[in-house]
Amino acid sequence: MAAVLKVENLRKSFKLGFVPKKREILKGISFSVEAGEIFGYLGPNGAGKTTTLKCALGLIFPDQGQIEIFGHPHLSLQAKERLGYLPENPYFYEYLTGAEFLDFYARLFLLEKKEKEERIAGLLRLVGLEREAHLPLRKFSRGMLQRIGLAQALINDPELVFLDEPLGGLDPLGRKELRDVIVRLKEEGKTVFLCSHILQDIEMICDRVAILVGGRVISQGALQDLVSEKILYTEVTLSGLSASDLEGLGEPVSSHGDRVMLKVFQEDNIERLVALVHDKKARIHSLVPRTETLEDIFVKMVRQG
Amino acid sequence: MKIKAIALNTFKEAIRDRILYLLFFFAAVSVIFSRLLAVLTVGDRVKIVKDVGLTAISLFGVLMAVLIGTGLVYKEIDKKTIFTLISKPIHRWQFLLGKFFGLVLTLFVMTALMSLIFLLTVFFHTFKIEAGLLLAILFIFIELILITAVAILFSCFSTPILSSLFSLSFFLIGHFSWGFETLIQRTKSAPLKLFVQGLYILLPDLENFNFKTEVVYGLTVLPKYYLFSALYGLAYTAFILTLAILIFKRRDFV
Repeated sequence: MAAVLKVENLRKSFKLGFVPKKREILKGISFSVEAGEIFGYLGPNGAGKTTTLKCALGLIFPDQGQIEIFGHPHLSLQAKERLGYLPENPYFYEYLTGAEFLDFYARLFLLEKKEKEERIAGLLRLVGLEREAHLPLRKFSRGMLQRIGLAQALINDPELVFLDEPLGGLDPLGRKELRDVIVRLKEEGKTVFLCSHILQDIEMICDRVAILVGGRVISQGALQDLVSEKILYTEVTLSGLSASDLEGLGEPVSSHGDRVMLKVFQEDNIERLVALVHDKKARIHSLVPRTETLEDIFVKMVRQG
Repeated sequence: MKIKAIALNTFKEAIRDRILYLLFFFAAVSVIFSRLLAVLTVGDRVKIVKDVGLTAISLFGVLMAVLIGTGLVYKEIDKKTIFTLISKPIHRWQFLLGKFFGLVLTLFVMTALMSLIFLLTVFFHTFKIEAGLLLAILFIFIELILITAVAILFSCFSTPILSSLFSLSFFLIGHFSWGFETLIQRTKSAPLKLFVQGLYILLPDLENFNFKTEVVYGLTVLPKYYLFSALYGLAYTAFILTLAILIFKRRDFV
Protein backbone atom coordinates (compact mmCIF):
# COMPACT_ATOMS: atom_id res chain seq x y z
CA MET A 1 0.00 0.00 0.00
CA ALA A 2 1.16 3.55 -0.74
CA ALA A 3 2.13 5.87 2.08
CA VAL A 4 -0.17 8.89 2.20
CA LEU A 5 1.76 10.54 5.04
CA LYS A 6 5.50 10.10 5.46
CA VAL A 7 7.36 11.73 8.33
CA GLU A 8 11.14 11.43 8.48
CA ASN A 9 13.47 12.49 11.27
CA LEU A 10 11.20 15.29 12.46
CA ARG A 11 12.69 17.60 15.09
CA LYS A 12 11.13 20.61 16.73
CA SER A 13 12.15 22.72 19.69
CA PHE A 14 10.64 25.79 21.34
CA LYS A 15 12.23 28.56 23.33
CA LEU A 16 10.29 28.92 26.56
CA GLY A 17 10.39 31.11 29.65
CA PHE A 18 11.34 34.70 30.50
CA VAL A 19 14.99 33.89 29.86
CA PRO A 20 14.41 31.81 26.71
CA LYS A 21 15.53 28.23 27.19
CA LYS A 22 15.41 25.79 24.29
CA ARG A 23 13.28 22.72 24.88
CA GLU A 24 13.26 19.93 22.34
CA ILE A 25 9.73 18.55 21.90
CA LEU A 26 10.24 16.24 18.91
CA LYS A 27 13.52 14.34 18.85
CA GLY A 28 13.73 12.78 15.40
CA ILE A 29 10.35 11.22 14.66
CA SER A 30 9.79 8.91 11.71
CA PHE A 31 6.67 7.00 10.70
CA SER A 32 4.39 6.51 7.74
CA VAL A 33 0.64 6.16 7.34
CA GLU A 34 -0.73 3.95 4.58
CA ALA A 35 -3.76 4.53 2.40
CA GLY A 36 -7.11 3.37 3.76
CA GLU A 37 -6.05 2.69 7.35
CA ILE A 38 -6.96 4.19 10.72
CA PHE A 39 -3.64 5.11 12.25
CA GLY A 40 -3.54 5.71 15.99
CA TYR A 41 -0.95 8.16 17.27
CA LEU A 42 -0.67 7.58 21.00
CA GLY A 43 1.23 9.18 23.76
CA PRO A 44 0.88 10.68 27.22
CA ASN A 45 0.18 14.41 27.62
CA GLY A 46 3.15 16.47 26.48
CA ALA A 47 4.66 13.65 24.40
CA GLY A 48 4.53 15.75 21.23
CA LYS A 49 1.42 14.40 19.46
CA THR A 50 -0.15 17.78 18.73
CA THR A 51 3.26 19.25 17.84
CA THR A 52 3.70 16.52 15.20
CA LEU A 53 0.24 17.29 13.84
CA LYS A 54 0.90 21.03 13.75
CA CYS A 55 4.13 20.42 11.83
CA ALA A 56 2.29 18.23 9.30
CA LEU A 57 -0.42 20.86 8.82
CA GLY A 58 1.97 23.79 8.42
CA LEU A 59 0.96 25.55 11.65
CA ILE A 60 4.51 25.38 12.96
CA PHE A 61 7.78 24.89 11.14
CA PRO A 62 10.01 21.93 12.03
CA ASP A 63 13.69 22.57 12.82
CA GLN A 64 14.66 19.52 10.82
CA GLY A 65 13.09 16.61 8.96
CA GLN A 66 10.75 15.98 6.07
CA ILE A 67 7.00 15.57 5.80
CA GLU A 68 5.28 14.37 2.65
CA ILE A 69 1.54 14.13 2.13
CA PHE A 70 0.42 12.17 -0.96
CA GLY A 71 4.00 12.51 -2.22
CA HIS A 72 3.86 16.33 -2.10
CA PRO A 73 5.73 18.58 0.35
CA HIS A 74 3.34 19.08 3.28
CA LEU A 75 3.03 22.85 2.79
CA SER A 76 1.94 22.58 -0.84
CA LEU A 77 -1.65 23.43 -1.70
CA GLN A 78 -1.94 20.11 -3.62
CA ALA A 79 -1.38 18.29 -0.32
CA LYS A 80 -3.74 20.54 1.65
CA GLU A 81 -6.54 20.14 -0.96
CA ARG A 82 -6.77 16.47 0.01
CA LEU A 83 -6.77 16.63 3.79
CA GLY A 84 -9.13 17.52 6.59
CA TYR A 85 -8.33 18.49 10.17
CA LEU A 86 -10.24 18.59 13.43
CA PRO A 87 -8.19 20.30 16.17
CA GLU A 88 -8.26 19.41 19.86
CA ASN A 89 -10.81 21.52 21.81
CA PRO A 90 -12.01 23.25 18.67
CA TYR A 91 -12.83 26.95 18.94
CA PHE A 92 -14.77 28.30 16.03
CA TYR A 93 -16.29 31.57 14.88
CA GLU A 94 -19.08 31.75 17.45
CA TYR A 95 -20.95 34.51 15.59
CA LEU A 96 -21.60 32.18 12.62
CA THR A 97 -24.42 29.66 12.45
CA GLY A 98 -23.61 26.01 11.76
CA ALA A 99 -24.56 26.35 8.07
CA GLU A 100 -22.66 29.66 7.64
CA PHE A 101 -19.62 28.09 9.27
CA LEU A 102 -19.54 25.18 6.82
CA ASP A 103 -20.27 27.54 3.92
CA PHE A 104 -17.21 29.63 4.86
CA TYR A 105 -14.89 26.60 4.77
CA ALA A 106 -16.49 25.31 1.55
CA ARG A 107 -15.62 28.65 -0.10
CA LEU A 108 -11.95 28.09 0.72
CA PHE A 109 -12.08 24.97 -1.46
CA LEU A 110 -13.80 26.92 -4.25
CA LEU A 111 -16.72 24.47 -4.37
CA GLU A 112 -19.49 25.14 -6.88
CA LYS A 113 -22.76 26.46 -5.37
CA LYS A 114 -24.79 23.28 -5.99
CA GLU A 115 -22.02 20.95 -4.83
CA LYS A 116 -21.44 23.17 -1.80
CA GLU A 117 -25.09 23.10 -0.75
CA GLU A 118 -25.33 19.32 -1.18
CA ARG A 119 -22.10 18.78 0.73
CA ILE A 120 -23.21 21.01 3.63
CA ALA A 121 -26.63 19.32 3.89
CA GLY A 122 -25.01 15.85 3.78
CA LEU A 123 -22.45 16.71 6.45
CA LEU A 124 -25.04 18.25 8.78
CA ARG A 125 -26.98 15.00 8.39
CA LEU A 126 -23.88 12.89 9.00
CA VAL A 127 -23.04 14.65 12.28
CA GLY A 128 -26.69 14.91 13.35
CA LEU A 129 -26.93 18.71 13.39
CA GLU A 130 -29.56 19.29 10.71
CA ARG A 131 -31.95 20.93 13.15
CA GLU A 132 -29.23 23.17 14.61
CA ALA A 133 -28.01 24.38 11.19
CA HIS A 134 -29.24 27.93 11.79
CA LEU A 135 -28.22 28.22 15.42
CA PRO A 136 -25.15 30.39 16.21
CA LEU A 137 -22.12 28.35 17.29
CA ARG A 138 -22.00 30.24 20.60
CA LYS A 139 -25.12 28.30 21.59
CA PHE A 140 -23.58 24.91 20.76
CA SER A 141 -22.61 22.46 23.51
CA ARG A 142 -19.08 21.00 23.56
CA GLY A 143 -20.25 17.80 21.88
CA MET A 144 -22.07 19.77 19.17
CA LEU A 145 -18.94 21.87 18.54
CA GLN A 146 -16.92 18.67 18.18
CA ARG A 147 -19.45 17.39 15.63
CA ILE A 148 -19.59 20.60 13.59
CA GLY A 149 -15.78 20.59 13.76
CA LEU A 150 -15.76 17.13 12.24
CA ALA A 151 -18.14 18.35 9.53
CA GLN A 152 -15.74 21.19 8.60
CA ALA A 153 -12.87 18.66 8.49
CA LEU A 154 -14.84 16.69 5.88
CA ILE A 155 -16.10 19.63 3.80
CA ASN A 156 -13.68 18.90 0.93
CA ASP A 157 -14.34 15.13 0.99
CA PRO A 158 -10.71 14.61 2.06
CA GLU A 159 -8.69 11.46 1.47
CA LEU A 160 -6.70 11.94 4.69
CA VAL A 161 -8.35 13.15 7.90
CA PHE A 162 -6.36 14.32 10.92
CA LEU A 163 -8.31 14.08 14.17
CA ASP A 164 -6.69 15.46 17.32
CA GLU A 165 -8.28 14.01 20.47
CA PRO A 166 -11.72 13.87 18.79
CA LEU A 167 -13.27 11.78 21.56
CA GLY A 168 -12.17 13.93 24.47
CA GLY A 169 -15.01 15.64 26.33
CA LEU A 170 -17.76 13.57 24.69
CA ASP A 171 -20.31 11.53 26.62
CA PRO A 172 -20.38 7.73 26.04
CA LEU A 173 -23.10 8.03 23.39
CA GLY A 174 -21.23 10.83 21.62
CA ARG A 175 -18.05 8.77 21.66
CA LYS A 176 -19.81 5.79 20.12
CA GLU A 177 -21.37 7.94 17.40
CA LEU A 178 -18.02 9.51 16.56
CA ARG A 179 -16.31 6.10 16.52
CA ASP A 180 -18.95 4.90 14.07
CA VAL A 181 -18.33 7.94 11.85
CA ILE A 182 -14.56 7.23 11.87
CA VAL A 183 -15.14 3.59 10.91
CA ARG A 184 -17.51 4.75 8.14
CA LEU A 185 -14.77 7.05 6.82
CA LYS A 186 -12.46 4.05 6.59
CA GLU A 187 -15.15 2.07 4.77
CA GLU A 188 -15.37 4.92 2.26
CA GLY A 189 -11.65 4.44 1.58
CA LYS A 190 -10.36 7.43 3.54
CA THR A 191 -7.26 7.36 5.70
CA VAL A 192 -7.68 8.53 9.30
CA PHE A 193 -4.84 9.80 11.47
CA LEU A 194 -6.16 9.67 15.02
CA CYS A 195 -4.29 11.36 17.86
CA SER A 196 -5.59 10.22 21.21
CA HIS A 197 -4.88 8.93 24.66
CA ILE A 198 -8.25 7.20 25.05
CA LEU A 199 -6.79 3.76 24.46
CA GLN A 200 -10.00 1.72 24.49
CA ASP A 201 -11.26 3.65 21.48
CA ILE A 202 -7.94 3.34 19.68
CA GLU A 203 -7.92 -0.39 20.31
CA MET A 204 -11.44 -0.73 18.97
CA ILE A 205 -10.95 1.07 15.66
CA CYS A 206 -7.26 1.47 14.73
CA ASP A 207 -5.37 -0.77 12.30
CA ARG A 208 -1.89 0.44 13.18
CA VAL A 209 -0.48 2.57 15.95
CA ALA A 210 2.65 4.52 16.83
CA ILE A 211 3.45 5.18 20.48
CA LEU A 212 5.16 8.46 21.22
CA VAL A 213 6.98 9.06 24.51
CA GLY A 214 9.14 12.08 25.30
CA GLY A 215 9.31 13.21 21.68
CA ARG A 216 10.36 9.82 20.30
CA VAL A 217 8.35 7.06 18.60
CA ILE A 218 9.17 4.10 20.79
CA SER A 219 6.97 1.54 19.07
CA GLN A 220 4.88 1.28 15.92
CA GLY A 221 3.13 -1.44 13.99
CA ALA A 222 -0.11 -3.30 13.40
CA LEU A 223 -2.29 -3.48 16.49
CA GLN A 224 -2.54 -7.30 16.39
CA ASP A 225 1.26 -7.55 16.32
CA LEU A 226 1.61 -5.33 19.37
CA VAL A 227 -1.15 -6.89 21.48
CA SER A 228 -0.58 -10.60 22.22
CA GLU A 229 -3.54 -12.96 22.55
CA LYS A 230 -1.92 -14.74 25.49
CA ILE A 231 -4.21 -14.96 28.54
CA LEU A 232 -2.63 -13.02 31.41
CA TYR A 233 -5.11 -14.06 34.12
CA THR A 234 -8.78 -14.95 34.60
CA GLU A 235 -11.11 -12.68 36.53
CA VAL A 236 -13.60 -14.81 38.55
CA THR A 237 -16.54 -13.42 40.51
CA LEU A 238 -18.13 -15.93 42.88
CA SER A 239 -20.16 -16.26 46.10
CA GLY A 240 -20.72 -18.96 48.74
CA LEU A 241 -17.04 -19.62 49.54
CA SER A 242 -15.10 -18.46 52.61
CA ALA A 243 -11.75 -16.66 52.47
CA SER A 244 -10.00 -19.81 53.76
CA ASP A 245 -11.47 -21.87 50.87
CA LEU A 246 -9.95 -19.45 48.35
CA GLU A 247 -6.48 -19.39 49.86
CA GLY A 248 -3.80 -20.22 47.32
CA LEU A 249 -6.23 -20.21 44.39
CA GLY A 250 -5.94 -16.59 43.39
CA GLU A 251 -5.49 -12.97 44.37
CA PRO A 252 -8.65 -11.34 45.83
CA VAL A 253 -9.37 -8.02 44.14
CA SER A 254 -12.57 -6.93 45.86
CA SER A 255 -15.42 -8.26 47.96
CA HIS A 256 -19.00 -7.12 48.41
CA GLY A 257 -20.92 -9.04 51.07
CA ASP A 258 -20.63 -12.71 50.13
CA ARG A 259 -19.45 -11.89 46.60
CA VAL A 260 -15.68 -11.98 45.90
CA MET A 261 -13.68 -11.08 42.81
CA LEU A 262 -10.46 -13.03 42.27
CA LYS A 263 -7.58 -12.83 39.82
CA VAL A 264 -6.61 -16.41 38.98
CA PHE A 265 -3.22 -16.77 37.29
CA GLN A 266 -2.84 -20.50 36.58
CA GLU A 267 -5.19 -22.59 34.45
CA ASP A 268 -5.21 -25.59 36.84
CA ASN A 269 -6.27 -23.24 39.65
CA ILE A 270 -9.40 -22.44 37.64
CA GLU A 271 -10.21 -26.13 37.39
CA ARG A 272 -9.69 -26.51 41.15
CA LEU A 273 -11.85 -23.44 41.81
CA VAL A 274 -14.70 -24.74 39.62
CA ALA A 275 -14.55 -28.13 41.39
CA LEU A 276 -14.62 -26.40 44.80
CA VAL A 277 -17.66 -24.33 43.81
CA HIS A 278 -19.38 -27.53 42.69
CA ASP A 279 -18.57 -29.39 45.92
CA LYS A 280 -19.59 -26.54 48.26
CA LYS A 281 -22.70 -25.71 46.24
CA ALA A 282 -21.37 -22.15 45.78
CA ARG A 283 -21.94 -20.00 42.69
CA ILE A 284 -19.80 -18.49 39.90
CA HIS A 285 -21.24 -15.20 38.61
CA SER A 286 -18.63 -14.50 35.95
CA LEU A 287 -15.41 -15.92 34.58
CA VAL A 288 -13.52 -13.60 32.21
CA PRO A 289 -10.11 -14.45 30.71
CA ARG A 290 -8.02 -11.23 30.37
CA THR A 291 -5.57 -10.86 27.51
CA GLU A 292 -2.98 -8.11 27.23
CA THR A 293 -4.60 -4.79 26.29
CA LEU A 294 -3.20 -1.82 24.47
CA GLU A 295 -3.39 -0.01 27.79
CA ASP A 296 -1.06 -2.61 29.40
CA ILE A 297 1.44 -2.19 26.58
CA PHE A 298 1.12 1.58 26.64
CA VAL A 299 1.67 1.84 30.40
CA LYS A 300 4.66 -0.54 30.19
CA MET A 301 6.23 1.43 27.34
CA VAL A 302 5.63 4.83 28.92
CA ARG A 303 7.26 3.61 32.15
CA GLN A 304 10.23 2.18 30.24
CA GLY A 305 10.41 5.27 28.04
CA MET B 1 -12.02 33.99 -4.23
CA LYS B 2 -10.31 32.61 -1.10
CA ILE B 3 -9.31 36.14 -0.05
CA LYS B 4 -12.91 37.22 -0.68
CA ALA B 5 -14.26 34.42 1.57
CA ILE B 6 -11.94 35.45 4.41
CA ALA B 7 -12.71 39.14 3.84
CA LEU B 8 -16.47 38.54 4.01
CA ASN B 9 -16.07 36.49 7.17
CA THR B 10 -13.96 39.27 8.70
CA PHE B 11 -16.64 41.78 7.71
CA LYS B 12 -19.29 39.62 9.45
CA GLU B 13 -17.07 39.44 12.53
CA ALA B 14 -16.41 43.19 12.60
CA ILE B 15 -20.03 44.27 12.13
CA ARG B 16 -21.01 42.07 15.07
CA ASP B 17 -18.48 43.91 17.27
CA ARG B 18 -20.24 46.19 19.77
CA ILE B 19 -17.29 48.58 19.92
CA LEU B 20 -17.94 49.50 16.28
CA TYR B 21 -21.44 50.71 17.07
CA LEU B 22 -20.27 52.57 20.15
CA LEU B 23 -17.72 54.48 18.07
CA PHE B 24 -20.26 55.06 15.32
CA PHE B 25 -22.69 56.47 17.88
CA PHE B 26 -20.09 58.90 19.22
CA ALA B 27 -19.09 59.91 15.69
CA ALA B 28 -22.73 60.62 14.80
CA VAL B 29 -23.21 62.58 18.02
CA SER B 30 -20.04 64.62 17.29
CA VAL B 31 -21.21 65.49 13.77
CA ILE B 32 -24.63 66.55 15.01
CA PHE B 33 -23.02 68.38 17.95
CA SER B 34 -21.05 70.49 15.46
CA ARG B 35 -24.37 72.21 14.66
CA LEU B 36 -24.66 73.32 18.30
CA LEU B 37 -21.01 74.33 18.38
CA ALA B 38 -21.54 76.45 15.29
CA VAL B 39 -24.36 78.36 17.00
CA LEU B 40 -22.17 79.10 20.01
CA THR B 41 -19.12 80.18 17.98
CA VAL B 42 -18.38 83.52 16.45
CA GLY B 43 -17.54 83.17 12.76
CA ASP B 44 -18.67 81.22 9.76
CA ARG B 45 -21.03 78.57 11.12
CA VAL B 46 -20.87 76.35 8.05
CA LYS B 47 -17.07 76.21 8.28
CA ILE B 48 -17.31 75.08 11.91
CA VAL B 49 -19.80 72.33 10.97
CA LYS B 50 -17.55 71.15 8.12
CA ASP B 51 -14.36 71.27 10.19
CA VAL B 52 -15.76 69.45 13.23
CA GLY B 53 -17.62 66.92 11.04
CA LEU B 54 -14.57 65.98 8.95
CA THR B 55 -12.40 65.74 12.07
CA ALA B 56 -14.98 63.46 13.75
CA ILE B 57 -15.08 61.15 10.70
CA SER B 58 -11.28 60.99 10.65
CA LEU B 59 -10.82 60.48 14.40
CA PHE B 60 -13.54 57.88 14.93
CA GLY B 61 -12.55 56.11 11.71
CA VAL B 62 -8.99 55.79 13.05
CA LEU B 63 -10.29 54.48 16.39
CA MET B 64 -12.41 51.88 14.54
CA ALA B 65 -9.43 50.79 12.40
CA VAL B 66 -7.11 50.54 15.40
CA LEU B 67 -9.44 48.99 17.99
CA ILE B 68 -10.86 46.37 15.62
CA GLY B 69 -7.78 45.88 13.41
CA THR B 70 -5.39 45.17 16.24
CA GLY B 71 -7.58 42.34 17.54
CA LEU B 72 -8.33 40.69 14.20
CA VAL B 73 -5.27 38.49 13.69
CA TYR B 74 -4.51 38.21 17.41
CA LYS B 75 -7.98 36.82 18.15
CA GLU B 76 -7.61 34.19 15.42
CA ILE B 77 -4.37 33.01 17.02
CA ASP B 78 -5.56 33.34 20.62
CA LYS B 79 -8.85 31.52 20.01
CA LYS B 80 -7.07 28.99 17.78
CA THR B 81 -9.53 29.49 14.91
CA ILE B 82 -6.45 29.97 12.75
CA PHE B 83 -5.59 26.26 13.15
CA THR B 84 -8.40 25.09 10.90
CA LEU B 85 -7.89 27.98 8.48
CA ILE B 86 -4.17 27.50 7.88
CA SER B 87 -4.68 23.74 7.40
CA LYS B 88 -6.93 24.55 4.42
CA PRO B 89 -5.43 25.15 0.96
CA ILE B 90 -4.71 28.84 1.46
CA HIS B 91 -1.43 30.73 1.62
CA ARG B 92 -0.73 32.72 4.74
CA TRP B 93 -0.61 35.93 2.71
CA GLN B 94 -4.12 35.21 1.44
CA PHE B 95 -5.31 34.95 5.04
CA LEU B 96 -3.70 38.26 5.95
CA LEU B 97 -5.02 40.07 2.87
CA GLY B 98 -8.48 38.62 3.54
CA LYS B 99 -8.39 40.08 7.05
CA PHE B 100 -7.17 43.43 5.66
CA PHE B 101 -9.84 43.72 2.96
CA GLY B 102 -12.54 42.62 5.41
CA LEU B 103 -11.70 45.48 7.73
CA VAL B 104 -11.34 47.92 4.83
CA LEU B 105 -14.86 46.92 3.74
CA THR B 106 -16.15 47.49 7.28
CA LEU B 107 -14.50 50.91 7.41
CA PHE B 108 -15.90 51.76 3.99
CA VAL B 109 -19.44 51.05 5.20
CA MET B 110 -18.90 52.97 8.46
CA THR B 111 -17.24 55.94 6.72
CA ALA B 112 -20.11 56.02 4.22
CA LEU B 113 -22.68 56.10 7.04
CA MET B 114 -20.78 58.77 8.99
CA SER B 115 -20.39 60.80 5.79
CA LEU B 116 -24.10 60.56 5.07
CA ILE B 117 -24.94 62.05 8.47
CA PHE B 118 -22.25 64.71 7.97
CA LEU B 119 -23.37 65.65 4.45
CA LEU B 120 -26.99 65.87 5.60
CA THR B 121 -25.94 68.17 8.45
CA VAL B 122 -24.07 70.40 6.01
CA PHE B 123 -26.96 70.22 3.53
CA PHE B 124 -29.36 71.66 6.12
CA HIS B 125 -27.08 74.70 6.26
CA THR B 126 -26.11 75.22 2.66
CA PHE B 127 -28.81 73.30 0.71
CA LYS B 128 -26.14 71.91 -1.63
CA ILE B 129 -23.77 68.94 -1.82
CA GLU B 130 -20.15 70.00 -2.20
CA ALA B 131 -17.87 67.70 -4.20
CA GLY B 132 -14.88 69.02 -2.23
CA LEU B 133 -16.24 67.46 0.94
CA LEU B 134 -16.45 64.08 -0.77
CA LEU B 135 -12.84 64.48 -1.88
CA ALA B 136 -11.72 65.27 1.68
CA ILE B 137 -13.60 62.17 2.91
CA LEU B 138 -11.97 60.06 0.19
CA PHE B 139 -8.52 61.01 1.49
CA ILE B 140 -9.61 60.35 5.09
CA PHE B 141 -10.59 56.88 3.86
CA ILE B 142 -7.18 56.38 2.17
CA GLU B 143 -5.58 57.27 5.50
CA LEU B 144 -7.83 54.73 7.25
CA ILE B 145 -6.69 52.05 4.79
CA LEU B 146 -3.08 52.78 5.76
CA ILE B 147 -3.89 52.74 9.50
CA THR B 148 -5.69 49.39 9.00
CA ALA B 149 -2.54 47.92 7.43
CA VAL B 150 -0.49 49.24 10.38
CA ALA B 151 -2.94 47.77 12.93
CA ILE B 152 -2.78 44.39 11.17
CA LEU B 153 1.04 44.53 11.06
CA PHE B 154 1.26 45.01 14.84
CA SER B 155 -1.49 42.45 15.40
CA CYS B 156 0.75 39.81 13.75
CA PHE B 157 3.21 39.77 16.63
CA SER B 158 1.76 41.72 19.54
CA THR B 159 -1.21 41.81 21.93
CA PRO B 160 -4.20 44.06 21.11
CA ILE B 161 -3.34 46.60 23.86
CA LEU B 162 0.27 47.03 22.71
CA SER B 163 -0.76 46.98 19.05
CA SER B 164 -3.34 49.72 19.74
CA LEU B 165 -0.68 51.83 21.45
CA PHE B 166 1.78 51.31 18.58
CA SER B 167 -0.87 52.05 15.94
CA LEU B 168 -2.11 55.22 17.67
CA SER B 169 1.52 56.34 18.07
CA PHE B 170 1.98 55.76 14.34
CA PHE B 171 -1.08 57.96 13.71
CA LEU B 172 0.16 60.74 16.01
CA ILE B 173 3.75 60.65 14.71
CA GLY B 174 2.39 60.61 11.18
CA HIS B 175 0.51 63.85 11.75
CA PHE B 176 3.43 65.64 13.37
CA SER B 177 6.28 64.33 11.21
CA TRP B 178 6.33 67.66 9.30
CA GLY B 179 8.11 68.95 12.43
CA PHE B 180 11.15 67.00 11.26
CA GLU B 181 11.59 69.49 8.39
CA THR B 182 12.20 72.27 10.92
CA LEU B 183 14.45 69.97 12.94
CA ILE B 184 16.54 69.13 9.84
CA GLN B 185 16.99 72.85 9.09
CA ARG B 186 18.09 73.64 12.64
CA THR B 187 20.39 70.64 13.18
CA LYS B 188 24.03 71.57 12.73
CA SER B 189 25.77 68.23 13.30
CA ALA B 190 26.04 66.42 9.93
CA PRO B 191 25.59 62.80 11.24
CA LEU B 192 22.59 63.87 13.34
CA LYS B 193 21.12 65.69 10.37
CA LEU B 194 21.50 62.53 8.27
CA PHE B 195 19.82 60.46 10.99
CA VAL B 196 16.87 62.87 11.27
CA GLN B 197 16.56 62.93 7.47
CA GLY B 198 16.47 59.11 7.44
CA LEU B 199 13.76 59.13 10.09
CA TYR B 200 11.76 61.69 8.14
CA ILE B 201 11.85 59.50 5.02
CA LEU B 202 10.93 56.35 6.94
CA LEU B 203 8.15 57.77 9.10
CA PRO B 204 4.80 58.38 7.47
CA ASP B 205 3.58 61.85 6.65
CA LEU B 206 -0.14 61.50 7.22
CA GLU B 207 -0.68 65.21 6.62
CA ASN B 208 -0.54 64.23 2.94
CA PHE B 209 -4.12 62.99 3.37
CA ASN B 210 -5.37 66.07 5.19
CA PHE B 211 -7.33 68.25 2.80
CA LYS B 212 -9.79 69.47 5.44
CA THR B 213 -8.50 73.07 5.61
CA GLU B 214 -8.36 73.41 1.82
CA VAL B 215 -11.93 72.10 1.43
CA VAL B 216 -13.43 74.04 4.35
CA TYR B 217 -11.88 77.34 3.22
CA GLY B 218 -12.41 76.63 -0.47
CA LEU B 219 -8.70 76.81 -1.36
CA THR B 220 -7.55 75.51 -4.73
CA VAL B 221 -5.46 72.33 -4.75
CA LEU B 222 -3.66 71.23 -7.90
CA PRO B 223 -4.70 67.75 -9.12
CA LYS B 224 -1.08 66.57 -8.97
CA TYR B 225 -1.17 66.93 -5.15
CA TYR B 226 -4.23 64.72 -4.95
CA LEU B 227 -2.56 62.19 -7.23
CA PHE B 228 0.67 62.24 -5.20
CA SER B 229 -1.25 61.75 -1.92
CA ALA B 230 -3.27 58.83 -3.32
CA LEU B 231 -0.14 57.11 -4.68
CA TYR B 232 1.75 57.80 -1.45
CA GLY B 233 -1.08 56.17 0.55
CA LEU B 234 -1.26 53.11 -1.66
CA ALA B 235 2.54 52.64 -1.77
CA TYR B 236 2.90 53.00 2.01
CA THR B 237 0.00 50.56 2.58
CA ALA B 238 1.63 48.04 0.21
CA PHE B 239 4.94 48.46 2.10
CA ILE B 240 3.31 47.88 5.51
CA LEU B 241 1.32 44.88 4.24
CA THR B 242 4.49 43.35 2.76
CA LEU B 243 6.19 43.70 6.15
CA ALA B 244 3.18 42.07 7.86
CA ILE B 245 3.19 39.18 5.36
CA LEU B 246 6.93 38.60 5.86
CA ILE B 247 6.49 38.44 9.66
CA PHE B 248 3.38 36.28 9.45
CA LYS B 249 4.92 33.88 6.91
CA ARG B 250 7.41 32.38 9.36
CA ARG B 251 5.31 32.52 12.52
CA ASP B 252 4.65 29.39 14.57
CA PHE B 253 1.09 28.99 15.83
CA VAL B 254 1.64 27.15 19.10
